[in-house]
Amino acid sequence: MAALINVPAKARRGDVIEIRTLTSHVMETGFRHTVDGKLVPRDIITNFTCRYNGAEIFRADLFPAIAANPYLSFFTVAKESGRFEFKWIGDNGYSSTASASITVE
Amino acid sequence: MPTTRRQFLSLAGGVTAAGTIPIVTLRPLQATPAMLNTAIRNVVSEAPIRTGKVKLDIPPLVENGNTVPMTVTVASPMTADDHVKSIHVFNEKNPQPNIGNFYLGPSSGRAQVATRIRLADTQKVVVIARLSDDTFWQVAVDVVVTLAACTEEMN
Repeated sequence: MAALINVPAKARRGDVIEIRTLTSHVMETGFRHTVDGKLVPRDIITNFTCRYNGAEIFRADLFPAIAANPYLSFFTVAKESGRFEFKWIGDNGYSSTASASITVE
Repeated sequence: MPTTRRQFLSLAGGVTAAGTIPIVTLRPLQATPAMLNTAIRNVVSEAPIRTGKVKLDIPPLVENGNTVPMTVTVASPMTADDHVKSIHVFNEKNPQPNIGNFYLGPSSGRAQVATRIRLADTQKVVVIARLSDDTFWQVAVDVVVTLAACTEEMN
């Protein structure tokens, strides 16, 4: 459930800022077998969204080919002070959220 | 006659090579170039795909396919009239051809996405970007992987 979010605390209006997120998840591919031959069922994060003051600014569909503990980096224009909300959704009803705030001058 | 180092190494190399072959042939879980094409066509349908505009930064030689850093950058002003709508990343030889779909917009400011991926074999990674005028641009990069991911046994 733990997530690491990296958003600049302050930015000038109009600046392009980088947002980096890292969340802990095994991202089990569903293609691996145990030593006695049983298939390990798939358990991955399938969807990620980032909202900036309620508006969606970035979305991603993830597949088993994304490494464990998914890391994502993307950019946005700092328009106004407010909150970023992050949401990860996955197999077996997995859901996790995080948020970060920014001051825009 | 004592065995020379050269003889020993060639023998050891032969055994390793022979030992690897059955493992490779016993691994049916592999996307084929046809699956890659189907996955790409699911995204672009019949539209033509042009080469250019997209840049993929990925190490050409990867020791561990379990976590491979990659960065996609698309040359675009990211304005309301001219921006990148989405970026789609595919692979040739993992069990599934998709890696990720990333949806951007004019508020992104810069068309750049980075993540870490898994690669099950030495293969080609293909990135396709859809621009706001619904044209598609691609780049393909070959990556050599020495330790594969995805299908190994769990201990």
